[in-house]
Amino acid sequence: MNDTKILDSIKKIVTPYTQRKEGLDNFNEDTDFIKDLEVNSANLVDVILDVEDEFNIEIDNESMSGMLTVGNAKNIIEQKLGKT
Amino acid sequence: MDYTEILEKLPYSVPFLFVDKLVNIDEKSAEGFYTFPIDSFFYKGHFKNNPVTPGVILTECMAQIGVVCLGIFLLQEEKNEPLDIKLGLSSSEVDFYLPVFPGDTVRVVSEKLFFRFNKLKCEVRMYDKSDKLICRGKIAGMVKGKSV
Repeated sequence: MNDTKILDSIKKIVTPYTQRKEGLDNFNEDTDFIKDLEVNSANLVDVILDVEDEFNIEIDNESMSGMLTVGNAKNIIEQKLGKT
Repeated sequence: MDYTEILEKLPYSVPFLFVDKLVNIDEKSAEGFYTFPIDSFFYKGHFKNNPVTPGVILTECMAQIGVVCLGIFLLQEEKNEPLDIKLGLSSSEVDFYLPVFPGDTVRVVSEKLFFRFNKLKCEVRMYDKSDKLICRGKIAGMVKGKSV
């Protein structure tokens, strides 16, 4: 799976939880879930659970705490996919 | 850990404590009771001359028994040391079927949907004394425990 495909999937997953819709307009690896999209901490958990289902991976507490931006999420997804 | 210990850890007091007793708590579920005192503060204004328990209070009662008590139990199981509990309601989606009047006793039954990254989400139901469904819904909260 290439970068663009992963980013598109993350965007699709995070859209319903996004408060600041303008943040979706220039969605890229630097997009910060909390600062740019104004996702709250409870919904960030939902995003991660949806990512797990979408990519069939398991995200541990350590990975979760490093998932501040879309790029962080993409790297973690790629890393987990690479292992399986 | 017995249920008294969980009740003592609840960060609420009268007039905003809506748990009288717990009858079961395990890894996946919780069950408890509450009787709404006739002189509860909200009956004076909800409604004028027609006291009915507000839906938000029923939701709160379901959250306290179904999510907070279960959350405290799960955190204690995980850490096994005294904890300072921090809470926040994150979402609730509740359907209501029957009214609850002053003096009524309700039973709340909760089943865990997931507990991940400090978010506990449950499917919660409230029943009257003849086991008729009063309300049901999905309630989620952030539950954190810091070592004291």
